[in-house]
Amino acid sequence: MIWSRHNTSSTARADAWLARLTGSLALAVALLLVLVLLLLLKESWLVLSGGGWTRFFASEGWFPSSGLFNLLPMLWATLAASLGALLIALPLGVLSAVFSRFYAPSWLVMPLRRVMMLLAGIPSVVYGLWGLTVLVPLIAGWEPPGASLLAAILILALMVLPTVALTSEAALAAVAPASLLGAAALGLSRKGIVLGVALPEARAGICSGALLAAMRALGETMAVLMVAGNVVQTPGSLFDPVRVLTANIALEMSYAAGEHRAALFASGWLLMLIVAVLAWLAGRRGGQLYA
Amino acid sequence: MRKQTKKFGDILLTMVVWLATALVVGVFLWLLGDVVVHGLGKLSSDFLLDAPQNAGRDGGIAPILVSTLLILMVALTVTIPLGLATAVYLSEYATGSLARILRMSLNVLAGVPSIVFGLFGNALFCIALGMGFSIWSGGLTLACMMLPLFIVTAEAGLSAVTVEWRSGAAALGLSRAAALWHVLLPAAAPAITAGLMLSIGRALAETAALIFTSGYVDRMPESLSDSGRALSVHIYDLSMNVSGGDAAAYGSALVLIVLLLVINNAAVSLSERFLRVRKTP
Repeated sequence: MIWSRHNTSSTARADAWLARLTGSLALAVALLLVLVLLLLLKESWLVLSGGGWTRFFASEGWFPSSGLFNLLPMLWATLAASLGALLIALPLGVLSAVFSRFYAPSWLVMPLRRVMMLLAGIPSVVYGLWGLTVLVPLIAGWEPPGASLLAAILILALMVLPTVALTSEAALAAVAPASLLGAAALGLSRKGIVLGVALPEARAGICSGALLAAMRALGETMAVLMVAGNVVQTPGSLFDPVRVLTANIALEMSYAAGEHRAALFASGWLLMLIVAVLAWLAGRRGGQLYA
Repeated sequence: MRKQTKKFGDILLTMVVWLATALVVGVFLWLLGDVVVHGLGKLSSDFLLDAPQNAGRDGGIAPILVSTLLILMVALTVTIPLGLATAVYLSEYATGSLARILRMSLNVLAGVPSIVFGLFGNALFCIALGMGFSIWSGGLTLACMMLPLFIVTAEAGLSAVTVEWRSGAAALGLSRAAALWHVLLPAAAPAITAGLMLSIGRALAETAALIFTSGYVDRMPESLSDSGRALSVHIYDLSMNVSGGDAAAYGSALVLIVLLLVINNAAVSLSERFLRVRKTP
């Protein structure tokens, strides 16, 4: 008891010190985002200032050496590839999540989840390597040249599938057991329980998983770069080679200078804008961004 | 009749679910099988211990492994203290709008495409801070990328420590700093480590952010200011820019996947241990 006074004061001092220290480091982390945004803006200012940004949408094409920076074809390619990938990955991912929650024999559940977690961690460059050496020749045998929007869609679908499957499974696992038991007690078949109770209740979680997958697909660089053919054009068919925004940065950054370099930073800004909107949507749904 | 259609629907859904899962698992086994089969043909102790020759077609990947580890080390030296402090702040101190802003910016940062981090790292570390293409630049860029994931997982671990432990520490007259050091951090250690493993996995898999920051040079790095080629960049370069480099690319891919598998398993078993500890305090 003699020490209590001394103790409380030193406690307060240590705590205040710790709060200040961790608080200032946390502030530094929060400023990182601001720093990224400001730096991208500064680097792209050369082409953004003085209304130069209209060139991103009104030029005759992407000819950086002549100062023509039309980003639209690459933007369409990015959106087409991501949307296509999502259209394939979403049903397959949700179905495999339903499988492991409701249909799989119990010994299969854990290995299946392990495989999905492993796949979620496989580097994009390995997906790209496999796509380049296996998938592209297969598509080329069907409809040349092989490196195409279709190859990009398939590889991206494969890449985001584990994300969809794992988040959907987590969402299905969070459905209240009482609802499932109640449905079973009402005599609903397994199909009725899955389609009528479990999936509707897990909808929010599945949606934020899909948004997360869309973010990954939009931001993916290497896998798409390696299989998509990289011709700057508005995709007209699934078999056209296309170039997405991320791949464009990776391909041209090494020799870009002046306005060209600034235009690449501006396309980085555009990518961030799209992703920020998706993150905001996912956050508004109260979704957890990590599986 | 009604009963029969109902039964038919049930069978149909069962079939669709089984088929979809079989398709997914089948394609993935195909992919993994290809990597293992093609990779094993290249894998040997020489492959791990030799320098690459003939643009990487022959020889090994020793300098590339060293560069990869050095880049990772630089990234971790920044990520661990900064991330841990932020996680502690978020779980123990932050309230109200500051916490909300911090969480939101972490969410956005986590979604920033890696190539944009590459642009950022190139402009900031390589050019503005004059580090050039170096292991420093690559590691620091990776640190920026890893931070959000590490912070969120570490914070989840800290927040999962039950309130009884906190009140117990307070009842013993421990300051919050002491409680943090002696009670909360040890209790959350497995979860924090698992988060760290996840972040390391993410960092090892990264390619796009490193091309313009740590560069392409495949010599053995002599210092952290040298450019060093990461394993994933090596795979990319071999498959895209070196004709006949596919075999070596698959060999490197297998090495990378085995590395990731080890890390992944460590993360899973650590987080499972953590969950078990939580259930029986």
